[in-house]
Amino acid sequence: MDLGLIAAAGVATGTVLLFAAIGEIFAERAGVLNLGVEGMMLMGAVAGFSMALSTGNPWIGLVVAMIVGGLLGALHAIVTIHLRADQVVSGLALTFLGTGLARVLGEGLTNSNAARLPALSIPLLSDIPIIGRILFHEQNILVYLGFVFVPLAWFWIEKTRPGLHLRAVGESPAAADAQGVSVQGLRLAYVTFGGVLAGLAGATITLAVAPGWFGDQTVNGKGWIAVGLVIFARWNPVRAALGGYLFAAIGPFILGLQGVDRILGIENPFLPGRSATFFLEMLPFLFVIVVVILGSRGAMRQRLGAPAALGVPYVRGERGH
Amino acid sequence: MTIRLEPRTSVPRWLSPALTLGAVAVALVISGLIIAAVGGDPIASYLHILNASFGSVGVLSDTLVKATPLILTGLACALAFRMRLWNIGAEGQFLLGAWGASAVVLFPLVPAGTPGIVLIPLMMVAGMAAGGLWGMIPGLLRARLAVNEIIVTLMLNYVALFWIQFWVFGPWSESGFQQTKTFPEEAWLPRLSDFASSVPAFGGLTVHLGLIFGLVAAGLLWLFLERSRWGYEIRLIGDSPRAARYAGIDIAKRLIIVFVISGALAGLAGMSEVSGSVHRLQDRISPGYGFTAVIVAYLAKFQPGRVVVAAILFGALILAGREIQPSGVPAMIQGIILFTLIVSDVLVRYRIRIERTAPTPPPMAAGGPPPVTAGGGDGG
Repeated sequence: MDLGLIAAAGVATGTVLLFAAIGEIFAERAGVLNLGVEGMMLMGAVAGFSMALSTGNPWIGLVVAMIVGGLLGALHAIVTIHLRADQVVSGLALTFLGTGLARVLGEGLTNSNAARLPALSIPLLSDIPIIGRILFHEQNILVYLGFVFVPLAWFWIEKTRPGLHLRAVGESPAAADAQGVSVQGLRLAYVTFGGVLAGLAGATITLAVAPGWFGDQTVNGKGWIAVGLVIFARWNPVRAALGGYLFAAIGPFILGLQGVDRILGIENPFLPGRSATFFLEMLPFLFVIVVVILGSRGAMRQRLGAPAALGVPYVRGERGH
Repeated sequence: MTIRLEPRTSVPRWLSPALTLGAVAVALVISGLIIAAVGGDPIASYLHILNASFGSVGVLSDTLVKATPLILTGLACALAFRMRLWNIGAEGQFLLGAWGASAVVLFPLVPAGTPGIVLIPLMMVAGMAAGGLWGMIPGLLRARLAVNEIIVTLMLNYVALFWIQFWVFGPWSESGFQQTKTFPEEAWLPRLSDFASSVPAFGGLTVHLGLIFGLVAAGLLWLFLERSRWGYEIRLIGDSPRAARYAGIDIAKRLIIVFVISGALAGLAGMSEVSGSVHRLQDRISPGYGFTAVIVAYLAKFQPGRVVVAAILFGALILAGREIQPSGVPAMIQGIILFTLIVSDVLVRYRIRIERTAPTPPPMAAGGPPPVTAGGGDGG
């Protein structure tokens, strides 16, 4: 079992979770819960893949995936912000819609090979012992985009004036409104941007780190893991990225574990074909449950920094209920 | 020009059902446009669905077989949603119910040759217990630690899926296949076709006793919700948690019990499916009944009687949709219906006003305290 390879694979797949989770962080920091991440990712995944297939250009696929994700995010925003529908139900509907529509649009694509986004090694940096091989050796270009994006997202939210408005809208919309900030407008913008990032996350799967279209197995719960990751990350993009890499390393770790015959001198119960493997497969999902338990406790929530107005529609002149 | 939503002071009786039907119609039109856009023939597809699900007594019987698990899981969701508990875990609870019922036969918990009159009630109890326990986990976490039940129930669906796979690939695998051996006939729920010798018209009809479970459960749930003190309290908690708290209702206790009953109903669906229809446990035993149940419950406005009707419609969609190309069409239609239903709900609650001039913002206490919320985001 090569831990370096496992870590490198974790960084690659973690990029998917990173984009999705940071997208959700933008939406939630603005005060809107979007449970449609899984559906938006699937739509981004299929749109990106089929566009790359038909045009032969993966970059066009990437852009289309982001547009499709953004449109779905905007749909959720309009339904919940302007029409004041329940955010939970609308998010679930978005996941159902995205899953079904992606399967329809992805019909017949399962055995196709679309052009992929390039992987490359960064000169000099990839020569750094251990770290270079994990982070900078033959990684996809989107992985590097993730490296750049994380600090930018953090800086935007925490250190800039627009970021201050974003936080105000999520923490105390009435006060933001009184200051002349458009609560509904900003929420629409950030939920849409969250959708763009979810679409990017989906395309990161099909065009970069795990190329191909495998029906609704393509995303396989990663959208939900991203939603849990946001709580784990305490709404902080940097922690979301680190958590994403960590979560994503579990998968290759399981594969690595299946490659050895004996563990600590006993026969490996997790060899492929052995039924104990299924308990390993449960781990990421159990991990999310544990994280959500740790993150959701009322008193703790305050300390963790959940946006105070998360999930509460804002209507001018009405108190949140 | 601005669009404003004004809360309706009174809702005409016909408005809600009319908008529900309208929402379904709009969803079918949108789905039809998408089917046409990807090169399918929407009219032919819809006619095929209608014909292959209601066209003859035989296919109607098959539709009811598909509707049976949807009635029970739909009731499971409707009960939880009525209290504004988002149990999205009916799929996992269904799987655990199927597992519990199978365990009675396969461990085996009873000696071989136990007559059906004993075996089937035992399977029902085991299925409901397993589903109920699986539902109790998110219930306890929500009641005691305020953990978001949506994420927990969803994650437990995946865990349940791997749990089933462990058993059907491992200890219970029939010579390496991803399924268990066929149950002995004592463990089968009676079908209409079993009575074909006395009533020839029943020949070949696959409807099984599980349908009666579903109808009885719908009746009992209606009595429970509408006629019992507990039911009243649950509806009160759903409509106005604050009023319920002032009334001194122990919300945490109701919440756990609702989750257990909800899980047990979904568990019974799983039992009915393995015992009445499949006669064995296998991987992929559910084509997503527990997820469709969410839409069934929502379409039925959480009313047990309407759950039965909605379940039959979606049973037809699942049955006939199997032959429709592209294969994702039934799932897509379900998603679009849920969306149009949400929007139609808004029209029930609010009147839409279009004004030519921008309204002057109402005076508000600038710098006043921000809205105090309970942390939000977890549905209550």
